[in-house]
Amino acid sequence: MAEFRLPANSRIREGKTYSVASGGGDIRRIRVYRYDPDTGDNPRIDTYEFDAAQTGPMVLDALLKIKNEVDPTLTFRRSCREGICGSCAMNIDGTNTLACTKGLDEIKGDVNVYPLPHLEVVKDLVPDLTHFYAQYASIKPWLKTETPTPPDRERLQSKTERDLLDGLYECILCACCSTSCPSYWWNGDRYLGPAALLQAYRWIADSRDEATGERLDDLEDPYRLYRCHTILNCTATCPKGLNPGKAIAEIKRCIAERNI
Amino acid sequence: MQTKNNRPLSPHLTIYRPQITSMLSISHRASGVLLALAAVLLVWWLSALAVGPEYFATVQGVLGSGLGRIVLFFVSLAVFYHLCNGIRHLVWDTVHGFELEAVHRGGWIVVAAAVVLTVAVWSAAYLWRA
Repeated sequence: MAEFRLPANSRIREGKTYSVASGGGDIRRIRVYRYDPDTGDNPRIDTYEFDAAQTGPMVLDALLKIKNEVDPTLTFRRSCREGICGSCAMNIDGTNTLACTKGLDEIKGDVNVYPLPHLEVVKDLVPDLTHFYAQYASIKPWLKTETPTPPDRERLQSKTERDLLDGLYECILCACCSTSCPSYWWNGDRYLGPAALLQAYRWIADSRDEATGERLDDLEDPYRLYRCHTILNCTATCPKGLNPGKAIAEIKRCIAERNI
Repeated sequence: MQTKNNRPLSPHLTIYRPQITSMLSISHRASGVLLALAAVLLVWWLSALAVGPEYFATVQGVLGSGLGRIVLFFVSLAVFYHLCNGIRHLVWDTVHGFELEAVHRGGWIVVAAAVVLTVAVWSAAYLWRA
C-alpha cells in the first residue's frame, strides 16, 4: 500500500543560512537538503547565498563552490561534469536532472536541491541506489544466445538492426526517470521502474539476442512491468532526452502481439 | 520501504514539480473514482423508476435541484475527461504519440475536448428545455 507521508525521521526542518557573497555581484540563494548520519537528526534545509557572477554556469558549479569555500561537509556525487556519468543526478527546481548540465540561469529565484525522490538517504544528496542497481541486474543486461558464436567473426547486425538501438543504448543509469515516477515511489519494491525497463527493451530490440521470449516471460507481471500507467514523468525528466515511456509501451506491445 | 539503519526517506510528492504528465494521470484516476460513485446515483435513479412515479418524482427533484445539477455537471465533466483521456491511452497502446511535444499537445487537446463536450451537452440540454 502506498505510503504518502514521509516517516517521522524523514520530515524536513529549516537549517542554517550561510553567506559566501562578499557584497555586490549577482547574489542568489541555493537551498540544499542536508542529512548527517552521524548525528541522526532529522534532515534539514540549509541556505547558501552565493555570487552567481563569481560561479560557473551550472548548479554543480554552485555546489562545488559551496563545498570548497563554505561548508566542506556538503556531500554529493559527481564525476565527469559533462552529463555522461550520471553521478550528480538530483532533484533540482522540482524535477530530476544532472547538476552538471542544469544551468543556474534556467532557474528563477531560489535554487532548491534535494536528493533523488523516495530513496533512502545515505548522506545529504547521496541516496542509496543498491535496489535500483539490483533491479537493473535482474533484467539480465547482456547478450543471451543459443547458437554458437561464429568462429571467424563477430555476431553481425545490419545497419537497420543497429538503428533500432538508438535512443536505448545511450542511457547512463542516472536514475532520474525511475525516481520521478509516482508508480515507482509507491511500488518500487516490485515495479522495475522506467530505467530498468528501458534497458530490458534495449536487449529485446537487439537483433543478436536470442532470449526475447524468456525476457518477455520475466517481464509479464502485474508489478514488474504493468505498474507503468503511462504517467510519462520519466520521459519528461530524462536529462539525456531518451524516452523510457515509449520503450515500456514497446514491451507491452511485444507481449500483446505474442499473445494474439 | 522502511529502513533498518534509520536512514531517512528523501521527499517526493511534496517537492516534485506538478506537470501536465502527472496531473492528467492523477485526474484520470480521480475521474474514474468519481464515475464509480456516480454509478451508484445512476442505480438509485433507475431503481426509483421501479418503485413508482411518486418516488421517481422525488429523485428527479433531488437530482434536478441546484446542488444536484452541480454534482451532475462534474459527473459529466468526469465522463468526457475519462473518455477522451482513455482514447489517448489507446493511442499510446499502439506506441504512437510518445514524443514529449506530442504528449504535451495531446494532454491539452484532451482537456479542451472534455470542457467543450461538457459545455455542449449542458447547452443542448438547456436549449432543448427552453
